[in-house]
Amino acid sequence: MTSKPGVASKLELDNVHKAFGDKHVLNGINLAIDEHEVVCLIGPSGCGKSTLLRCVDLLDTIDQGDIRLDGDSITARGIDGNAVRRRIGIVFQSYNLFPHMSVLDNVTLGPRRALGMDRSEAEAKAMELLDRFGLADKAQDYPNRISGGQNQRAAIVRALIGDPEILLLDEVTSALDPELVGEVLGVIRDLASRGMTMVLATHEMGFARDVANRVAFLHEGKVLETAPPAELFTNPTEERTKQFLARVIEAGRL
Amino acid sequence: MTEPKTKTSGDPAERRVSASSAFFAEEGAKTGIIAVASTVIFFGGAALLISRSSNWPNVKDQFFNPENFSESAPDVIDGFWLNIQLFFWAMLIIPLLAMIVAVMRSLRGPAFMPLRLLAVIYTDLFRGIPLYLLIVVLGFGVPALQINGLPTSPAFWGIAALSLSYAAYTAEIYRSGIDAVPESQRSSARALGLTQWQSLRFAVLPQAVRNVVPALMNTVVSLQKDVALVSILGIRDAVREAEIYKTRTFNYTSYIVATLLFLAISIPLTRFVDWYIARDRAERSQSQV
Ligand SMILES: Nc1ncnc2c1ncn2[C@@H]1O[C@H](COP(=O)(O)OP(=O)(O)OP(=O)(O)O)[C@@H](O)[C@H]1O
Ligand SMILES: [Mg+2]
Repeated sequence: MTSKPGVASKLELDNVHKAFGDKHVLNGINLAIDEHEVVCLIGPSGCGKSTLLRCVDLLDTIDQGDIRLDGDSITARGIDGNAVRRRIGIVFQSYNLFPHMSVLDNVTLGPRRALGMDRSEAEAKAMELLDRFGLADKAQDYPNRISGGQNQRAAIVRALIGDPEILLLDEVTSALDPELVGEVLGVIRDLASRGMTMVLATHEMGFARDVANRVAFLHEGKVLETAPPAELFTNPTEERTKQFLARVIEAGRL
Repeated sequence: MTEPKTKTSGDPAERRVSASSAFFAEEGAKTGIIAVASTVIFFGGAALLISRSSNWPNVKDQFFNPENFSESAPDVIDGFWLNIQLFFWAMLIIPLLAMIVAVMRSLRGPAFMPLRLLAVIYTDLFRGIPLYLLIVVLGFGVPALQINGLPTSPAFWGIAALSLSYAAYTAEIYRSGIDAVPESQRSSARALGLTQWQSLRFAVLPQAVRNVVPALMNTVVSLQKDVALVSILGIRDAVREAEIYKTRTFNYTSYIVATLLFLAISIPLTRFVDWYIARDRAERSQSQV
């Protein structure tokens, strides 16, 4: 019914299940994200945030349910996973830049090899993006020679250069020293203001409140409630959400 | 008020430090003396034991005869040149074949099951057969089949046997290197839209190979010696030439010639490998900032 272009959400998760062995991690996730929307996933450690993002990027296969991009299933049989992954960008907590390549080569690898862009074109585009994120002078450096914040910004550039339709961010500031968190959050804020559709798992409640259009609370592999941040943080309806937020406030993270 | 105190070095902690460094210096000198003394005693003792054995003059004449040495050297050196050529060919084939097998074994997904299985069978089989037997079976067996189009040259089958056996080990070395690359590296490459093969080729393999360079180099040292096994096939390599000379003259000095030739390659190679591994380790610990 809703799977007509223009009517459908950008990304829809429909009763998604995922288990590792007999450990059930996602237990029927239902979530829809509109174009240009920024949705933050919050929830206790182990609730399935990372797994959800990996499943959306087809890095893990789901056991049951359906994931749709622009109304078309990307988890049905016979789907070309590589083509889907080219439409989605993902950034991980631990940056995962390739240590044997310069920042520039890290960024151009995808466009050159997956999109068939020629080297000069890819490098021109990469330099433009690196410049925009304040990394132009780090282009020739290797990942172990630059700071964590610079690594993470380079990883974001690497995910952006293929012009993804949606960007998934998995706790991209958790591995950073506190003084480096700001620069990465600034980059995400900038992307949000440019209308990038984003799903981000985060422990930074302040940031979620700041940048998200909606916040989804996950508990034991289910989305318990979603609401605009002003509503979810001040007036949650679910008991579990209240407990989680109480713990977060106690820990001084809100 | 505090100045005189520090100057008298009456600080117990400081005294302890200087005492312990003196202890280490003394200890260092002691170990040095022990090392030299034990070396002299060991090798001197061995030399004495050998030279005083009643049969030493005989052995000396049979194995270390200068005349036989210079007489046999040209042929043995000629043969050694063949060893080097065989080594060279094996060195071209082994890394390539091993890489193909390792990649086949690292592919994921049900579609690649046949390739994975093939790779497993290959490594199990060729690691399981003693190299000596493999050389005999391939070198004598296959030409005896007289299949049209198959080469019959013993050198060809010698290289084939060496390559098949060593590639099986080398593939396992590559595989351990591949397994040591964090899974997240592969995920990141896939996330860029790269295919499985591209992810291996551009993200995983360069790191995997770097991980195992020391192990690979040790394999090279051992291959360089095992090349001598092809003499079983009657190929006139250094060992074969030495044997021919011995059969003719009943003097074993030609074997010493061959031994020295192999050592002339393998000792510098081993030293180089050790140096390289030490440097690699130092570099790696440095780059972990
Ligand atoms: N590859 C895997 N194999 C087995 N279990 C896994 C695997 N990946 C994740 N899990 C398990 O799934 C559960 C959910 O993990 P996930 O990483 O999605 O949680 P999370 O919400 O991202 O947690 P965190 O906030 O700590 O990052 C955890 O219990 C984890 O141990
Ligand atoms: Mg996580």
